[in-house]
Amino acid sequence: MATKLNLNGKTFDVDAEPGTPLLWVIRDELKLTGTKFGCGVASCGACTVHLNGEPVRSCQTYIEDVEDAEITTIEMMEEDKIGAAVQQAWLELDVVQCGYCQSGQIMNAVGLLRENAKPTADEVDEYMYGNACRCATYQRIRKGVLRAAEILEA
Amino acid sequence: MTTNVSRRGFLKSAAATGAVLLVGVNAKGVAAASGAADAMLTPFVKIDGQGNVTAIVKHFEMGQGPSTGLTSLIAEELGVRMDQISYEFAPSNPAVYNNLLFGPFQGTGGSTAMANSFMQYRTAGANAREMLIKAAAAAWDVDAAGLDIQDGMVVGNGKSAPLGEFVSAAAEIAPSETPRLRDPSEWKIIGSEATRRKDSPVKVNGQAKFAMDIQLDNQMVVMIKRTPQRGGTVASFDDSGAREVKGFIMAQALPTKHGVAVYAENTWAAMQARSALDVEWDFSAAETRSSQEIRDEILAALDTAPVYNVNGADQSSVASAIEGAAQVVEKDFYFPLLAHAPMEPLNCTIEQTAEGDIVLHDGAQMPTGPHMAYQQIFNLPAEKIHINTVLAGGSFGRRATPDADYQVEAGLAFVMTDRSRPVKLVWDREDDIRGGYYRPAVGHKVRVGLDGEGRIVGWQHQVAGQSIMKGTPFEAFSVRDGIDHSTVEGIADSPYVIPGMALGLTDTEKATSVLWWRAVGHTHTAYVMEVMMDMAAKAAGQDPVAFRMAYLEGEQDQARKAGVLKLAAEKGNWGNPAPGNVQGVAVHKSFGSYVAEVVEISGNLDDGIRIEKVTAAVDCGIAVNPDVIRAQIEGAIGYGIGHVMRNQITLDGGSVEQSNFPDYEPLRISDIKAIETHIVPSTEAPSGIGEPGTPPSAPALANAIAQLDLRVSELPMIENGVAFA
Repeated sequence: MATKLNLNGKTFDVDAEPGTPLLWVIRDELKLTGTKFGCGVASCGACTVHLNGEPVRSCQTYIEDVEDAEITTIEMMEEDKIGAAVQQAWLELDVVQCGYCQSGQIMNAVGLLRENAKPTADEVDEYMYGNACRCATYQRIRKGVLRAAEILEA
Repeated sequence: MTTNVSRRGFLKSAAATGAVLLVGVNAKGVAAASGAADAMLTPFVKIDGQGNVTAIVKHFEMGQGPSTGLTSLIAEELGVRMDQISYEFAPSNPAVYNNLLFGPFQGTGGSTAMANSFMQYRTAGANAREMLIKAAAAAWDVDAAGLDIQDGMVVGNGKSAPLGEFVSAAAEIAPSETPRLRDPSEWKIIGSEATRRKDSPVKVNGQAKFAMDIQLDNQMVVMIKRTPQRGGTVASFDDSGAREVKGFIMAQALPTKHGVAVYAENTWAAMQARSALDVEWDFSAAETRSSQEIRDEILAALDTAPVYNVNGADQSSVASAIEGAAQVVEKDFYFPLLAHAPMEPLNCTIEQTAEGDIVLHDGAQMPTGPHMAYQQIFNLPAEKIHINTVLAGGSFGRRATPDADYQVEAGLAFVMTDRSRPVKLVWDREDDIRGGYYRPAVGHKVRVGLDGEGRIVGWQHQVAGQSIMKGTPFEAFSVRDGIDHSTVEGIADSPYVIPGMALGLTDTEKATSVLWWRAVGHTHTAYVMEVMMDMAAKAAGQDPVAFRMAYLEGEQDQARKAGVLKLAAEKGNWGNPAPGNVQGVAVHKSFGSYVAEVVEISGNLDDGIRIEKVTAAVDCGIAVNPDVIRAQIEGAIGYGIGHVMRNQITLDGGSVEQSNFPDYEPLRISDIKAIETHIVPSTEAPSGIGEPGTPPSAPALANAIAQLDLRVSELPMIENGVAFA
């Protein structure tokens, strides 16, 4: 079934059955592989993308529900002011280890800073709770979000 | 420190851009002296005519940082900045890229990447530097002794030119047998805090290519419907439901009969088709036991005389020393099965070239494993099989199965096709959690006797569990006289000088596939050793740090272990927690490195506890990339603590009960409020760093919880009386 998708500022016609998770359309149809598959049940956050600017788990977001939405993926974050600040903080602190969850971590962190420009450490923990990192880079994720807030304030 | 460098040489080739200088160290020195071109080296350093330098990294990158570490060794010796060098993963070729600590086998594990590469990569970088300098000296008609390479420029005698100018001439020069290694006083990169990870930029912008991101033209996605009980086989299957799924291609039982391969046009179609597949299983030879039965068997083994006397101690004299002790401290421990659960579910992609070669795209932890397996599956010689190693989304040991499990699955799935389309094998999280290969379940029984002054007079220690190594190609690494030392490492070989220690081991029956899991045997032996030390200190009425120090009087091993304990105690404000908080400490040596950790917790057992801070001290020899070392300690602590808090794999009638993160809940960001790592300055050879942070983390937490009058000796903690806030 043809669906019109507004993703990263472009329009795509994709052929996907209703019930297809947005994740698999992004990865397998549009070949944008920055958005990751980790659990498929919205409990790890590796597949986080923005729907109208807000973080959602694309493994539990279905193609028929996003036709009118603006979808943004990690590949666009360099062009986003908050996204670029988060990426800069991530590089300064070398947050990544294996890196597989980090697209999702960054997408979620951008969502946090968009609604709360100056979060506390506890607020970071609360907002980032659902993004798992098996390498346990959490100390640097927390510091990275706080550092990105500083960068944006400067 | 040893490295089996017996010959050095170089290989040159022409590239479109001009000469490419490839410098390396032949681990075996195969025919290098005879000058036969095809016996020359596959390289560690590649430099093109423009002076672009590439380090060829023989270890894969699962997050522990060898792509940065090995590259920094080349950069240091050659004389380029970290921003002037890139890296590539080595092809599969164990004659050249073997792990020097694994023998003729290419692979990553056991925290050996830096330890085995330190001299090898420095030597390769130094050789590249000397060859370029000799070429420059000839071009300038000056003495090579007055030249050096700095920031990518050949400099000296008042001259300066980019190293790229000398690449083609350098390629004609024979490398020296003993290149001059830079003196530590010259080091700019080794030990530098300024070094950033080479793999960070692509991991923050979505461009990093993991195996899961391989998208070959016309590829099929294969998922396997696996037997729910280990040892079950496919009796028959009905794919009529799968045929209703758009994108379904076909279903075939694997030749091993342990599952049915479902082929589809894309991942989502494969998932749906697999769900719709109806399989009739034959469980007649399948595992049927439950976790309770496995636990009973292990605990029963602890109550009988051990099969192996591991350290050759006189069991009866140790027993009588304990009988005659002023007091006896004793405890039984039980550790459950654990899954590795790397963030990237297992997968790999396989294709056949026009020439009939097989190419595997894989986050390959042990390339030699699938390389050998594919020679059999495809009936091809080694040189017709190629492994393209790509970034791996974590492993913690899981990708290093002795039987190359998932790569073999992909090979079998591919061999059942006409090979015109690449096959990408994809596991989902449920496959990962249920797909076998766990940290074995293990039990310990310990009795420690103390004299009237609170000194240890005897330590009787029994271990029972399933051997990881027996029956695998890795048996020779770890099993001697029937004893699998990976089950007992960290006890009898502990640097503690403990009088009258007897260590016994009994293997229990195979219940599931078991595998090394970050820090292997140390994951349970450190817990038991350090909890017993804590209990003994309390019984003796002594401070746990001071008590341990009494058994660390000695040179080297003891001094280094005492050194990290002292540093962690000092930096962690040992004995002075914040008001309302309590602390626990543990120290352990593993993979050649020493780590001590102080855990400080708040809260109480009724309302739940919270881990406020972990302070770690590490001595891993020369700290090549200090920030990578700190990151590894942070991650290893999280991995250790997360699992003891709440993870276990349980079997019910031979089937795994957990399936995904909701019931195998990972550590979350809020679980540990702060981690601080201190590195002991050292001139010793670099030792392991990927694993050593894990072993002391769990006992340090357990010892903190013991301050609240709960001694946790069975895991996970949440099933044994501990609530976390």
